[in-house]
Amino acid sequence: MSLDARIVVRRPGFVLDAELAAEPGEVVALLGPNGAGKTTALRALAGLIALDDGYVTLDGHRLDDPAAGVFTAPEHRRIGVVFQDYLLFPHLSALENVAFGPRSRGSSRADSRARAADLLARVGLAEHARRKPRELSGGQAQRVALARALATEPRLLLLDEPLAALDARTRLETRARLRGHLGTHAGPTVLVTHDPLDAMMLADRLVILEEGRVVQTGDAATVTSRPRTDYVARLVGLNLYRGRADAGAVRLPGDFVLTTATERSGDAFVAFPPAAVALYADRPDGSPRNTWPATVAAMARHGDALRVELTGPIAVAADVTPAAAVQLGLEPGRRVWATLKATEVTSYPA
Amino acid sequence: MLPLLGLLIRAPWQTLPQRLTAPGVLAALRLSLLTATLATVVCLLLGVPLAWLLARTTFPGRGFVRALVTVPLVLPPVVGGVALLLVFGRRGLAGEWLDATFGLTLPFTTAGVVVAEAFVAMPFLVISVEGALRGADARYEEAAATLGAGRWTTFRRVTLPLIAPGVAAGAVLCWARALGEFGATITFAGNFPGRTQTMPLAVYLALEQDLDAAIVLSLVLLVVSVAILAGLRDRWLGAA
Amino acid sequence: MRVRAFVLAVVLAVAGCGDGGDPPAAGGVGGTVTVLAAASLTESFGRVGTLFEQQHPGVKVTFSFGGSSGLAQQITAGAPADVFAAASPATMKTVVDAGDSAGEPVTFARNQLVLAVPKGNPKGLTSLAALAKPEVKVALCAAQVPCGAAAAKALTAAGVKVTPVTQEQDVRAALAKLKLGEVDAALIYRTDARAAGGDVDGVEFPESASAVNDYPVVALKKAPNPSGAGAFVTFVRTPQAQQVLADAGFQRP
Repeated sequence: MSLDARIVVRRPGFVLDAELAAEPGEVVALLGPNGAGKTTALRALAGLIALDDGYVTLDGHRLDDPAAGVFTAPEHRRIGVVFQDYLLFPHLSALENVAFGPRSRGSSRADSRARAADLLARVGLAEHARRKPRELSGGQAQRVALARALATEPRLLLLDEPLAALDARTRLETRARLRGHLGTHAGPTVLVTHDPLDAMMLADRLVILEEGRVVQTGDAATVTSRPRTDYVARLVGLNLYRGRADAGAVRLPGDFVLTTATERSGDAFVAFPPAAVALYADRPDGSPRNTWPATVAAMARHGDALRVELTGPIAVAADVTPAAAVQLGLEPGRRVWATLKATEVTSYPA
Repeated sequence: MLPLLGLLIRAPWQTLPQRLTAPGVLAALRLSLLTATLATVVCLLLGVPLAWLLARTTFPGRGFVRALVTVPLVLPPVVGGVALLLVFGRRGLAGEWLDATFGLTLPFTTAGVVVAEAFVAMPFLVISVEGALRGADARYEEAAATLGAGRWTTFRRVTLPLIAPGVAAGAVLCWARALGEFGATITFAGNFPGRTQTMPLAVYLALEQDLDAAIVLSLVLLVVSVAILAGLRDRWLGAA
Repeated sequence: MRVRAFVLAVVLAVAGCGDGGDPPAAGGVGGTVTVLAAASLTESFGRVGTLFEQQHPGVKVTFSFGGSSGLAQQITAGAPADVFAAASPATMKTVVDAGDSAGEPVTFARNQLVLAVPKGNPKGLTSLAALAKPEVKVALCAAQVPCGAAAAKALTAAGVKVTPVTQEQDVRAALAKLKLGEVDAALIYRTDARAAGGDVDGVEFPESASAVNDYPVVALKKAPNPSGAGAFVTFVRTPQAQQVLADAGFQRP
């Protein structure tokens, strides 16, 4: 069981053109900002909107191929979907919601109910089977929605922002549970989210989608350490620049040169965490190879630290302790010196 | 409200019991209730699928069909009755064929009353149900499709329960309109006691001779319909 | 000249709208005469009204045609009208009994029933007895309205029992069913059959003599234009008006 798709959907002022593949048992997260086309891609996979071009192949079956006039209706795809707000049928109990799929696919009423009861037990909701959706908490509704999608034994499981509707505390607990349940699904899973933490915790592989295009794919470690767009860099909290490498130095736009610890040549990205940037009131002497004057543009709390946005030859985010901020008298407009150790800078080919 | 009060004040209370038991009153009332109910059933069977087509699909001429649905609302009912005669009458387009093929004739029959009432009352149902469908979240239907439900299963098990209050309200409106129907009925189905003479027709003819009798008949129609509508409201709309 | 006539008409009209007791200006007949008349008089009274206006320059006649019973109810409920012409003495009686008439009603025309059939009489119906056959679809007026009462009388006189498919609310509705081809025959007034022009043939039958319908006319007590009312009631009995009525199929009283 594997998924292989190229999803092309054209709308006025927007084109989605994304290739997507997933192996059996693999969880792929489609991560991107709002309006990137994530949900459109998911709906196209489910057959709720038609492709304008491309193809969807699941398990070796061609589900969609507009060029050949092939389109499979959603009810014949065997693709399970967990919708963002779950869309549990309000007039049916939790059990009837879960039994709906097997019943629609031709199982007897008794068999459908037995299967539904089994799945509800697996997600820990056996005693909530008779409740209507409005009597369930957000986390419980999410689990019923998952059980409902799994009840049809789908060949592909799709989840649209599965945790977005939950409050922060429920989210933490539900995320851990969800990870466990996804592990029991034998087929591929595609998960749409705009939350990098959800993506990294739940997925084996990330596919970053921006403005309808796939801009980066890879496992969580690769994507977080080597972002390739500003969006991903912001998500994972890194300063990211693109320039031209020559030996250990990378020349950035504006002729600013960053020294790195890696020998490389050609177009390259350089990235470093805000915590690697140190600030001084006066020009420091000593080892750091990168030193430049900067001006404080804005400051905001960021966890235990203060994140300082700096302008200068390059725009940079730096994290300093509150104590250091007081000592330096940081405030917008204050001129400081920034330093960065070459060993803290990662560079990789663009 | 005032005309209602007028009926109550002017009612011949002394002779009420004997007027109520006059022959024909019960027959007309029974016929009215029966035909209005049958007309509502016909409207449900035809109108709900039509409303679904209008709300959930696109086809060429949909706007025109929607406008057509409301025609019985603006058409004077008598004109509607003439139109029905031109279609289902003995010389009508479909009537001639029905008669020749099945030996079926609609004018001057109780079935004709049902057809006339359904024709006039249909817009109330279609408009209510279409509104309910447009108000209902179509994504539930998408969710049903991803679970393997075909269109019919989705409609029956998801859409219909979601729009049930709208369907109920439409059916009540439809029934009330059918009960009060006069013009199309007398034109298409004629007036024959026990067969096509519904309460409104009986009221109109009583008016020709005996105002008091007309008032009594009107009161009976009024009391029965208000009682039934109030009962339905508590059961259906109150629960929703 | 025309301007003066118009001014006069307006003055008369205003006078006519007054409290009703005063005769219109200039001692003669003027203003607007409002006539409520039975529906079967629609065509003939239209022509009679035109003749009346020609003889009384400056007078305007307005008609309201409808079922006699409905008109009678409007009058007893206080409708502002000058003249009432009914299709039956019984209906007229309700107005007289209510004290709404000025003087005694006079009969100005009589009407008889005919057996109306589609043009050419495809079923060859020539007598009332033919209507008793089950395959013949017949429309009658409901017994509550004058033409229905007349039909019942005629059928009784003929000793024929007819089960109609419908009992229509008035004579024109029965005629409409015949014109639309929904029924094979209808018992309606000769005048209505004649007004239908070429679509309908009227078959005379002897029993109609036992159900002759008298048409009474009366000026109304609360007439806003009593002189106009009186003049119109007089006019419908002049030979000139009687000729119009005869042309329409009415008999002289």
